[in-house]
Amino acid sequence: MAVKDYIRERFFPQMWCPGCGNGIVMNSLIRAIENLGYSKNDVVVVSGIGCTARMSGYLDFHTLHTLHGRALAFATGVKLGRPRLKVIVPMGDGDAAAIGGNHFIHAARRNIDVTAIVVNNRIYGMTGGQYSPLTGLGLKGTTAPYGSVDPAFDLVSLCMGAGATFVARTTAFHAPQMTDIIEKALEHKGFSVVEVMTQCPTYFGRKNKQGGPVDMMKLLKETTTPIGSKAKKENPDLIERGIFIQEERPEYCEAYQELTKKAGGRNV
Amino acid sequence: MAVKFVQGNEACVEGALYAGINFFAGYPITPSTEIAELLSLELPRRKGGFIQMEDEIASMCAIVGASLTGSKAMTATSGPGFSLMQESIGFAIMTETPCVVVNVQRGGPSTGLPTCVAQGDVMQARWGTHGNHSIITLTASNIQDVFGMTVEAFNLSEMYRTPVILLFDEVVGHMRERLDIPEKGEVEVIERLWTSVPEGTDFHPYLVRDDGRLPMSYFGGVHRHNVTGLVHDMWGFPTTDPGMTHKLLRHLVDKLEDNAELIARYKEYYVEDAEVLIISYGSSARSALHLVEERRQRNESIGLLELQTLWPFPTELIRNKCEGREMVVVVEMNMGQLMQEVKKAVGRPERVFLSNRIDGTFISHKDIKNTIRLIQGKGV
Repeated sequence: MAVKDYIRERFFPQMWCPGCGNGIVMNSLIRAIENLGYSKNDVVVVSGIGCTARMSGYLDFHTLHTLHGRALAFATGVKLGRPRLKVIVPMGDGDAAAIGGNHFIHAARRNIDVTAIVVNNRIYGMTGGQYSPLTGLGLKGTTAPYGSVDPAFDLVSLCMGAGATFVARTTAFHAPQMTDIIEKALEHKGFSVVEVMTQCPTYFGRKNKQGGPVDMMKLLKETTTPIGSKAKKENPDLIERGIFIQEERPEYCEAYQELTKKAGGRNV
Repeated sequence: MAVKFVQGNEACVEGALYAGINFFAGYPITPSTEIAELLSLELPRRKGGFIQMEDEIASMCAIVGASLTGSKAMTATSGPGFSLMQESIGFAIMTETPCVVVNVQRGGPSTGLPTCVAQGDVMQARWGTHGNHSIITLTASNIQDVFGMTVEAFNLSEMYRTPVILLFDEVVGHMRERLDIPEKGEVEVIERLWTSVPEGTDFHPYLVRDDGRLPMSYFGGVHRHNVTGLVHDMWGFPTTDPGMTHKLLRHLVDKLEDNAELIARYKEYYVEDAEVLIISYGSSARSALHLVEERRQRNESIGLLELQTLWPFPTELIRNKCEGREMVVVVEMNMGQLMQEVKKAVGRPERVFLSNRIDGTFISHKDIKNTIRLIQGKGV
């Protein structure tokens, strides 16, 4: 199938700003699903609120566009309600790490078979450029005109610490790598997180004088490096990308299935 | 028929199981916790889903998610948890997702009186979530009716594609009485109305049928569709079109308010000739009934209308039943939340009075008797 077989064409052109990274992420996600040959009827995309969360509306799967921060809680109900479904949750950094932080760490702890794709543009785009928990010290947003005094989360460490069994990071510049990683995340049995560092030229780039989309994507290339690379040893400030953890641990729905057997489960 | 001696929270679980619940998500909170405990025992045995979520927000979201996969889903909580659920109750209203929310009321506001009785969430059940909407809220005063109203709640949620609030209170939740559990089939259980649209044909999840109902599909089925909390068209896709917005909001309100008399569940005791009519609900209706039966033995003309549907408010019923009474006394454990609605409904609002307690103490028949004597100028 072609990429356009997976989208709801009547809603295009999409609402994201020119130069936004969301289109690249959506394209990688579609390619990953196509490569894996999933039936469209078996995929549920659950999203919250924000620029990234609008992705669900453009995709021709079962789609659930919910409340700010709550996508993973809805997704948990979907997955446990019908465990054979592939549940994918595209979320922004504010959606995942601020208002939805509690659901994020608990989904990771349970190791429920859901794939969270955290599109990290380090700012709240939809509401016009306020600083997020991923903005970082000294950087600017419309609510941090003097530079933020809030330190940023390291999303990878956060979800690894919370118990996610697949954790990876990539960027909007590294689209083929992103497709490959999303494929692996979707095939992973358990809670998988893919952080995609991306550019928001409209707000983050403008507020922090990082230039246009091309400059910002160059920056994603220059400031990141593969995990354990020689470059990282020489320059510890570089951000690593690749798969940080990929391990087997009992998946939540499977563990629950076992529990129902222990309880003498019978269909009623 | 099975006979059990159970508390209200247990009767609620029995009612939910009878109605075919197969998903529960919740978070521990007094005085509703027994509902979660019992379902954690029963649902795995029936291959249903049980999950203790990280908070009440997540619990409410999870039951909506599960309902969209085809489950009959419920959560249970009390005051503070009910407050946390309001945003996602609004989501269930907007997306017309059937589900049941139990609130075993305790004293508020805030943490309030966690182990004491109150009925202070009547208006929160109606207006807790933002925006124009309507809601179904049921209640009960005894253990048998807790069972019955729980089955009704599931039925009405499927019938009208809406969340239904079961507004119990601490006394009803924790007291024990006899419960007769009917055989399967004795009480009607309404199942979800699935779409008959074949695969490959355009499916409209939000197109209202002539009979007012909206057949559903489910996630994982052949009809891929969008579900959003945004104002949406008949496909479920977001729109800001004023005409469609107006139509959707009217539909969400009218589908319940136009059927208020159909949704109204109530009981009458000695109402026919009563000069003094008591209107009450939940556990306070027990004390009201106690008083009515006591005074009837003294040939006093007093009766009780016990409401089991609080929302949509049965305005016609109240107007008719209150017509020509000497006085109407609303008995409730709050500062007159339902009394105000009764006043709005009747022709002679100056004849509607309140008998209440708001101190965490269960209102007694003597409390009500004293109020009535004061109104009658007899002193206590």
